[in-house]
Amino acid sequence: MAEHYSSFQRGGRRWLFQRLTAVFLIGVLAFHFVLLHFVNHAAEVSFLGTQARMSQVGYFATMWLFLVTATFHGVNGVYNALVNMGIEGTQKKVVGGILAVAGLLLVVQGTRVAIAMTNLV
Amino acid sequence: MSQTYERGTVEDFGRWREFSAGMWAWIFHKFTGWVLIGYLFTHIAVLSTSIGVDPASSAAAAQTDLYTTTLRGLEELLIVRFLEVGLLAVAVFHIMNGIRLLFVDLGMGLEVQDKSFYASLVLTGAIVVASIPTFLGGAI
Repeated sequence: MAEHYSSFQRGGRRWLFQRLTAVFLIGVLAFHFVLLHFVNHAAEVSFLGTQARMSQVGYFATMWLFLVTATFHGVNGVYNALVNMGIEGTQKKVVGGILAVAGLLLVVQGTRVAIAMTNLV
Repeated sequence: MSQTYERGTVEDFGRWREFSAGMWAWIFHKFTGWVLIGYLFTHIAVLSTSIGVDPASSAAAAQTDLYTTTLRGLEELLIVRFLEVGLLAVAVFHIMNGIRLLFVDLGMGLEVQDKSFYASLVLTGAIVVASIPTFLGGAI
């Protein structure tokens, strides 16, 4: 049988949420790249152009969910990669704590950015 | 733990010639994941220049506000355009291999997981090469 490699133990909650966020991120990351590089060009970005996009409720909600899911997927991925490399006990707890705080700070700052870019709030 | 997967010590790069396609896929997925989470933090830091911009100001209307000038200033640097192509390559591979992993987790395609890894690489290469004119447009 062919070999399958993963940093995750299958069946756990961390594994499940990593997969669920992956399904969402596959579509949204591709959409983000296409919209901001192919439809609108990054070199022509302006605050008012960004605000026009971010002031549509659906777009704002999609981008905020993108922030939250990408942060979870990334931080959870790093945590599992480190657990897979063998961290245990106190080391595991400290790494988990640092990553949780870093992820939370990223979501808070990203939310501040999203709010600054919209006229919805 | 690493021994659970009976893949040997993949961290021992001295034996890279013995790595199978699945091992390379795992290494590339991990590497691209590290790059993407690193970029996410950087991206939010750069976009933080939008905080404090007054949409009603003359600077925003004249496109001379901090957010607009910072992003356009970065886009004027050729190295940034090349880095964007690199980021696209990293993101596309992570997406392609991610789809491959989701199928494997659903019980489909494990017997062709080496071929689907090569397909991920080829598709990534094709998409990135086709996107180069768009990413470098106006910078060269």
